[in-house]
Amino acid sequence: MESCFHCGEDCQEELINFDEKSFCCSGCKTVYEILNSNDLSYYYDLQSSPGTSPKLSEGKFSYLDNSEIAEKLLEFDHEGTQIASFTIPSIHCSSCIWILENLGRLHKGVKSSQVDFPRKKIRISFSSEELSLKELVVMLARIGYEPNISLENYEEKETSVDRSLIYKLGVAGFAFGNIMFLSFPEYFEMNEFWLEKFKHLFRWLMFAFSLPVVFYSGKDYFISAFKGLRSGLLNIDVPIALGITVLFLRSTAEIVLDLGTGFFDSLSGLVFFLLLGKFFQQKTYSFLSFERDYKSYFPIAVTRISMENGQTKEEQVQVFNIKKGDHIIIRNEELIPMDAILIKGDASIDYSFVTGEAQPVSKKMGDKVFAGGRQQGGIIELEALRSVQQSYLTELWSDEVFSKDKNSQFHNLTNQISRRFTYAVLGIAILAAIFWMFYDSSKAWNVFTAVLIIACPCAIALAAPFTLGNMLRIFGRNHLYLKDANIIEKMAQVDTVVFDKTGTITANDNGSIEYEGLELTEDEKQLLGGSLRASNHPLSRSLYKILDRNNISTPESFKEHTGKGLETSYKELNLKIGSHAFVANSQNTNTEARAQVNPQKTSVFISCNDQYKGCFSFHNSYREGLSDLLNELSENKQLIILSGDNDGEKDRLKKILPKDTKMYFDQKPGNKLQFIKDLQEKNRKVMMVGDGLNDAGALAQSDVGIVISEDINVFSPACDGILDARRFSELGKFFRLSEKSISIIRISFLLSLCYNVVGLGFAVSGNLMPVVAAILMPLSSISIVAFTTLATQFVSKKSSKNEIRS
Amino acid sequence: MSIIYMLLAISVIVAIIFFIAFVVSVKKGQYDDVYTPSVRMLFDDELVKPDAKENQPLNKVKSN
Repeated sequence: MESCFHCGEDCQEELINFDEKSFCCSGCKTVYEILNSNDLSYYYDLQSSPGTSPKLSEGKFSYLDNSEIAEKLLEFDHEGTQIASFTIPSIHCSSCIWILENLGRLHKGVKSSQVDFPRKKIRISFSSEELSLKELVVMLARIGYEPNISLENYEEKETSVDRSLIYKLGVAGFAFGNIMFLSFPEYFEMNEFWLEKFKHLFRWLMFAFSLPVVFYSGKDYFISAFKGLRSGLLNIDVPIALGITVLFLRSTAEIVLDLGTGFFDSLSGLVFFLLLGKFFQQKTYSFLSFERDYKSYFPIAVTRISMENGQTKEEQVQVFNIKKGDHIIIRNEELIPMDAILIKGDASIDYSFVTGEAQPVSKKMGDKVFAGGRQQGGIIELEALRSVQQSYLTELWSDEVFSKDKNSQFHNLTNQISRRFTYAVLGIAILAAIFWMFYDSSKAWNVFTAVLIIACPCAIALAAPFTLGNMLRIFGRNHLYLKDANIIEKMAQVDTVVFDKTGTITANDNGSIEYEGLELTEDEKQLLGGSLRASNHPLSRSLYKILDRNNISTPESFKEHTGKGLETSYKELNLKIGSHAFVANSQNTNTEARAQVNPQKTSVFISCNDQYKGCFSFHNSYREGLSDLLNELSENKQLIILSGDNDGEKDRLKKILPKDTKMYFDQKPGNKLQFIKDLQEKNRKVMMVGDGLNDAGALAQSDVGIVISEDINVFSPACDGILDARRFSELGKFFRLSEKSISIIRISFLLSLCYNVVGLGFAVSGNLMPVVAAILMPLSSISIVAFTTLATQFVSKKSSKNEIRS
Repeated sequence: MSIIYMLLAISVIVAIIFFIAFVVSVKKGQYDDVYTPSVRMLFDDELVKPDAKENQPLNKVKSN
């Protein structure tokens, strides 16, 4: 099969030859033509088949003509120059960067454009006289780079990037380097004349450098320790803050009283390494968003129609301005933004993302339709029943779970250990001080501070950030993108996994289709293919895809009864395709057909010349490796299926799933949330695996919420992690790796305790030299970093090797 | 030996200048997108291509 020169997809449905190249659709060909005629064919030299096939529906962006909406989307608008930023999900290669940064050659109204590849964003500055915002967006869409404009953009506030950690790290690193430099001569304590003369200057310079380290770079540790103490919690920052304070005070005292050089080098090194750990843990996937709610899924505007002087008037209105009773128009593939009543047209609404129902639902005039559904088919007219915020689906977001900070209730391993650690260190320090008080009281103060300095748990505090930060990157490489590193620790504790059905354990493609009944003749099959091709109904489309497409006869007469089915004929053949009522109605009662009617199943019935033939039944197709994965997980975890769909698939699921899996059907979004809450009250650690808006509440409530996504660039609800659907079967591997990470952290704790014992030996015996501290502290930190890095790499390599072998 | 005072002053000043340069570059967002510029700099070669095509049409080898 030939692949498309523009997008690289296989030319499955049609093949267009143009300019000695093949294209999969006219959209791709058009993009090629546009680029070629504008001397932009370098696009294809840079990377082979870099394009995305454009999907532009007529009138989609007409709301940008509304100046109020357009104004909100513009970043800057002054004297004919406008600047706008868009997110373009289809940015994926260097060709994309090149073409988008050369938009000026496509239209001279574009002054400049700059791509931010990791964030998949583009910032375009254009002349408003030559190019309107709408024309710009349509131009982007025409070449396959359709910007993603949603309600979220409309409300977007200026987000300031928090760069304070980089500054703190910079300050600490800067001071660390300079202090090391200045303290070098004194490490060797050679009694040279010039050293004696200059050492005071050197010491005061070190003091000056350490001030910003303590009071700026290290300030978070003091704040966190203070907060922890106030709430009666001895977190890891308490001993760290204590260590920093003692280091600073003792060093200052030493240079003031001219007793020695102090420990400024260790102090700045400590803060630098700690911040480095924090920085490393902070891996963000800037092209993903883990905080989305319905707003990034909903459209920014809809078409409102109103009667004015007997004439219907269409206008684009911002969705929040739609009030109860307003009439709106929804076109093919558009989203219904609020609960409404169908007034005109035939609706076939795809709720799969919202409720988990697998097949589109047909609605008749007067039926209620809910927000979040996607219309498939013709234009429909609706009357709004509620405003956007009060709709059935969007009300879910008013639940308190969405405003709660999940991390605040989580006690991680490091903080668990720091409690005992702090007590032990304080105990040793006091005991040692008491001992020296009697033995040689001049050294007691010295020993007390030395113990607190050397026991500062730098290595312990680094173990978790580096292990988890590394794991986070390994997970990312395997296409599980986590929001932050703590999630790995939570994952290791999970004992209950709750799966959504539609879109999560089932694949989003057409599912499998089964035919039952009398076998169709060749002629009948050919006509069936032709009839289905002419129909736009989603069921026809999916059925058409599985049929043999080589021999198709175009029907001579074709009639589509909306909501019922198709009636077509070719020569002597007369086919009826559609619902049971439609097909069976025309003939005498057909017992055979009635037997096959199962209201829970989606089926298409067929009769030929009023003779009942059989029916095609649609089944969900489950993801590859589902059964193996669930069997593996069920070994030590409770599995639960929580579906918004009906229980039509129950029997099939029972065969696939491990025996003790519980199944619940017809669950509303609110039920799902409550269900997870109930589990947690029974002290269960719950992971929710879902995909749609209906899972949003459950995802937020669960300890770990993972979203399965076919295309990580498109919308996914707020969650803790996004898993590429193709890697779904590897979920068990991620669980194993997260458990291994916890073991690695534990081993690192032991290792750093060993360093502490050695250090304490020096401290208690009263011979802690600055040079010893300066060597021991970085050594322990670096070895912990090296150990965790190597261990995580080893563990992940081993697990991927096992995968290949098995 | 008092030259060391001057040397110290210079070294500290140079270090602080670099430090300020670092802070300014972070503040301007230079490190916000560290990937795109690396790709962008490779594009510069192409810009001469259209001219070359017009000037020497005979030399143009038939492209794939």
